[in-house]
Amino acid sequence: MSSFKSRINTASDEFAQNRADMLELVEQLRILEARAVEASQKRLATFEKRGQIPPHERITRLLDPGMPFLRLHTLANYLVEDADPQTSIPGASIICGIGFVSGTRCMIWADDSGISAGAMTVSAVPVSLSIQEIARRQKLPLVHLVESAGANLMNLKVEHWAKAGAVFRNLARLGAAGIPTIAVLHGPSTAGGAYMPGLSDYVVGVKENGLAALGGAALVKAATGEEANDRDLGGSEMHASTSGLVEYLADDDAHALSMARDVVEHLNWNADHHSPARPAYEAPLYDTDEIAGVVPRDYRTPYDVRELLIRLVDGSKFDEFKARYGATTVCVHTSVMGCPCAMIGNNGPIDPDGATKAAQFLQLCDQSNTPVIFLNNTTGYMVGTQYEQAGMIKHGSKMIQAVSTMRVPKITLYIGASYGAGNYGMCGYAYEPDFLFSWPNSLSHVMGGEQAAKTMSQVMRAAAVRRGQKVDEEQLKREEDRIIAHFSAQESGFYTSGRVLDHGVIDPRDTRKVLGFALQTCLESRARTLRPNSFGVARM
Amino acid sequence: MQFSSLLIANRGEIAVRIIRTAKALGLRTIAVYSDADAEAVHVRHADDAVFIGPSAAMQSYLDGDKILAAARQTGAQAIHPGYGFLSENAGFAAAVEAAGLVFVGPPHAAIDIMGDKARSKRAMIDAGIPCLPGYEGEQQDEAHLIAEGIAIGFPLMVKATAGGGGRGMRLVESADALPDALKQARSEAHSAFGNGDLILEKAVAHARHVEIQIFADAHGNVIHLGERDCSTQRRHQKIIEEAPCPALDEALRANMGAAAIKAAQEVHYRGAGTVEFMLDDQGGYYFLEMNTRLQVEHPVTELVTGFDLVALQLEIAAGKPLGIGQDDVVLEGHAMEVRLYAEDASNNFLPSTGHIDLWHVGQGPGIRVDAGVETGSQVSEYYDPMIAKIMAHGPDRDTARRRLIAALRNTALFGPSTNRDFLIDALQQPVFAAGEATTDFIGDTYGEEGFCEPPLEFRHYAAAALMLFLHARQRANSYPDVGQELLNWTSAGYLESGFSFAAGEQARHVRVQPLSSDWYRISDDEHSLLAMVERFETREAFIRLDEKGAVIRFFIASSGTIELTFGSRSFKLKEISASGADIEGQNDGALVAPMHGLLLEVAVSEGDVVKTGDRIAVLEAMKMQHVLTASVDGTVSRLGASAGDQIAADELIAEISTTQE
Repeated sequence: MSSFKSRINTASDEFAQNRADMLELVEQLRILEARAVEASQKRLATFEKRGQIPPHERITRLLDPGMPFLRLHTLANYLVEDADPQTSIPGASIICGIGFVSGTRCMIWADDSGISAGAMTVSAVPVSLSIQEIARRQKLPLVHLVESAGANLMNLKVEHWAKAGAVFRNLARLGAAGIPTIAVLHGPSTAGGAYMPGLSDYVVGVKENGLAALGGAALVKAATGEEANDRDLGGSEMHASTSGLVEYLADDDAHALSMARDVVEHLNWNADHHSPARPAYEAPLYDTDEIAGVVPRDYRTPYDVRELLIRLVDGSKFDEFKARYGATTVCVHTSVMGCPCAMIGNNGPIDPDGATKAAQFLQLCDQSNTPVIFLNNTTGYMVGTQYEQAGMIKHGSKMIQAVSTMRVPKITLYIGASYGAGNYGMCGYAYEPDFLFSWPNSLSHVMGGEQAAKTMSQVMRAAAVRRGQKVDEEQLKREEDRIIAHFSAQESGFYTSGRVLDHGVIDPRDTRKVLGFALQTCLESRARTLRPNSFGVARM
Repeated sequence: MQFSSLLIANRGEIAVRIIRTAKALGLRTIAVYSDADAEAVHVRHADDAVFIGPSAAMQSYLDGDKILAAARQTGAQAIHPGYGFLSENAGFAAAVEAAGLVFVGPPHAAIDIMGDKARSKRAMIDAGIPCLPGYEGEQQDEAHLIAEGIAIGFPLMVKATAGGGGRGMRLVESADALPDALKQARSEAHSAFGNGDLILEKAVAHARHVEIQIFADAHGNVIHLGERDCSTQRRHQKIIEEAPCPALDEALRANMGAAAIKAAQEVHYRGAGTVEFMLDDQGGYYFLEMNTRLQVEHPVTELVTGFDLVALQLEIAAGKPLGIGQDDVVLEGHAMEVRLYAEDASNNFLPSTGHIDLWHVGQGPGIRVDAGVETGSQVSEYYDPMIAKIMAHGPDRDTARRRLIAALRNTALFGPSTNRDFLIDALQQPVFAAGEATTDFIGDTYGEEGFCEPPLEFRHYAAAALMLFLHARQRANSYPDVGQELLNWTSAGYLESGFSFAAGEQARHVRVQPLSSDWYRISDDEHSLLAMVERFETREAFIRLDEKGAVIRFFIASSGTIELTFGSRSFKLKEISASGADIEGQNDGALVAPMHGLLLEVAVSEGDVVKTGDRIAVLEAMKMQHVLTASVDGTVSRLGASAGDQIAADELIAEISTTQE
């Protein structure tokens, strides 16, 4: 292993500025996340009155104390239903992540009934599908703490309803794949939501509050004229003794969560599982906390990605592959928390040599079953006559081909720019990485706003010249500003995370932990043999 | 008479203690045990063990015939009675000798006379040994005793002639109270010893209880091994003993030693004995009684003299001369002992019994522990609740005292309650620290109520919550191990765990928020403190709470009960965040039909008192008869159905209101 020595002066003004910039963005992230918690806590009194535990606390009671918890999609729905950055509440009213229950790595999914009584947001379906997909790929038992007022009928669009069906399809498929699903009915789960307990393998229902019915009293009255009450229609007690929908009847929320923990414990999920042994490893020689000062806020300010690598990887050690060929695309073998892995980083745009090197490297990783981590900081593939003639398209295609077809775990981080087809080659959203996280400074789009504006004004200028018209510089400037604003509004990591185009935004200083956790999750999954069947387990 | 095998007619720490020395001397050791002691520590330490009957001591350890049969069965040549049980039973000593075995103790005649407070006192007065003014005559009618009492003056002590251990003993402050005290003492003595005779003795205020250890061999040598101060007593039960006595100088020691030797000679004593004196604040001393056995507190003498008292006993019993003279006895430093009792200080010191979940002894320089239990032992209700003695030896009194406190703070016994915290508190009292404790010390310091611990503070709950947090984390992380770096981490920056404890009527909620891999913020609505975990093991942790370091020992039972020792405090908490509702819910006394069926019989009527398990009703369902029983103790407050009724599942049959509450 070669060792790379840092050239960064951590006492410099530049470092201090970078750090201040980055921490400001992290602060913004935490403020946004806290906004969802605060919104939820406005209903604490209601929960208390009903003898309920509020949703965030349900999670802490469900999870094993002190075990890691990787939150997912904390910014989902940000700027989606509410375009005002000052008021938009992120999180899609879902609290989700990968955590441990009774020593078992699980996908946790809780309806945040503190916000609009847990009514579905427009991002609820994409978030639900995303975490179900992660649960499927990473073979994680799924625990869903249910309490939802259902869909807001006035916001509901037909396509939401149509697509939402996939949530239940996924539950059936998870069960059939041999991945247990557990639903805890803390509150109502009506209409389509009733299929949440219906299609879960295990259902815990809370007395008095838990409710599952295809139609509540109002709908029943409207549909058939029957005078019914909700408890008879779908109360947990009824389901536990009469309909058979509820397996475990809990006295209260605390009891239900303890029952859910027992259900997970009885899965004996790790009984036959042999996790690959991880060797002892050294911490990075450089403090991971320095990452905030190493990376400039503006992606146009260049820095050596290897400065980041030595603050992420075990013992700050990595082996560089073809260091002198296609040098702006950095490919290394290394390890994080004892998990051997490969990393690809960018020290500039990807050129034909870089693309071919990366394509070869990815194929080798696939051959040796080595997980790959993509550290996105690229403005894209090189353009220009020289590069086109050198075969940029076909070399870039090889890289995209390798990324698309490789079978090893892929973890993607947007750490700076991730533009254009560079994003594709570096395993962006559409390339279905096992995990995809963004830094708060990251930007992703078809191209940078400035690039787009300049391109457009070039086109307009050329058109004016062709028509022999005088170029209206003022109008051109206005047009450029409009384009820049259009692009920059959409490219920030906060915005794209709001659109569920990643799995979440993380504090860059947490990157090593996120990678370690993600790698462990992927490797645990790959080492696990499920007991699938064709139908799942039908509720009797 | 030489012997090569020894039967120990005792149990617990003293049996273990005797076996240790006997083995060192090359003797084959034979233990005896009752039902309750089948798994006891002393049984495993011995080379051989004989079962001698039921748990009740009367039918086992106090049954001399069974002991002798055990000795015959195993070919034991000598019997060591330890203390208590048959140790001061002259009849037993005689029977041992009659069986041709060696009794490790004095001649039965000496036991006989010293066992009678009146006779022994008369003998001591005859020998010129100072005794307290009093009445020890044979005339026992009430009028005579009252007249004698008034002549002696008040306050005075009424004691049973056959007494011991505080039974049949009364302190009388005035003449008015005397008749009642005589009546009570007599009846108590009668039931305890089968002999209602009493003596009267002038009571001495601010006195110390000082006893002289003597040894006499069969060759006429008698020496003393200095004194022990056993003034610290709770209701006449010794709890702290020390040697030497802080109030003795060389001259007084020599005088009292000589008096003790004289007392022994007077009764032709042989073996180990203890002559108890009362020492007043003027340096006057008065014979109280002589204990004709090895004392519980003998180790403090061993620590300051360097002699093994059990070894000396065994050698004398074997007929050997003492081998040491008075000049060979040199007192080195200071020794102190506490008696650890399984008792509940918060519940009138009632004995506390049960399984020992953890027994950890604080070790350190100069520390010695004589214990009859270990982790996993049972403390039974049949025997004395004294389960261990912890001793400290040091160059001076305060060093010994400090070492003892440190050892106790580092000692944990989980399961039964113990007097540990009380001992630590008593050792720290200024009066005791100054060496000024008299027999009034405990009463003066703790009053009628006795030792009372203040309510638990937030830091105690915080420590318990932190232990539960770490315990749960360790359990969760056992497989697969996520590695140290990922523990306590969440990508969302903030995560806490909540723990709820039952605290009287209410629940106490404590939040634990990890700040890094070792640091925690522990809080409730009114308090917050920072904790740092330096070390965490299965049952032991070293933590800092707001910068103050502490060793914590703990045991977490599957029931959710956590026991902790935290400095000088030991306590038990019940964790209820997993919801206790289910447990209570099933025990609310409502008996409902488990399924549809025909009620064949209702065995109770309203108002009947029932116990858990009592038959309440019989239900016929699916051609099977189901007997339904009470799930709680209580009174039948309501019947919901009667025989012959066809009833549905969950329909009420009977409601039982619990007697408590």
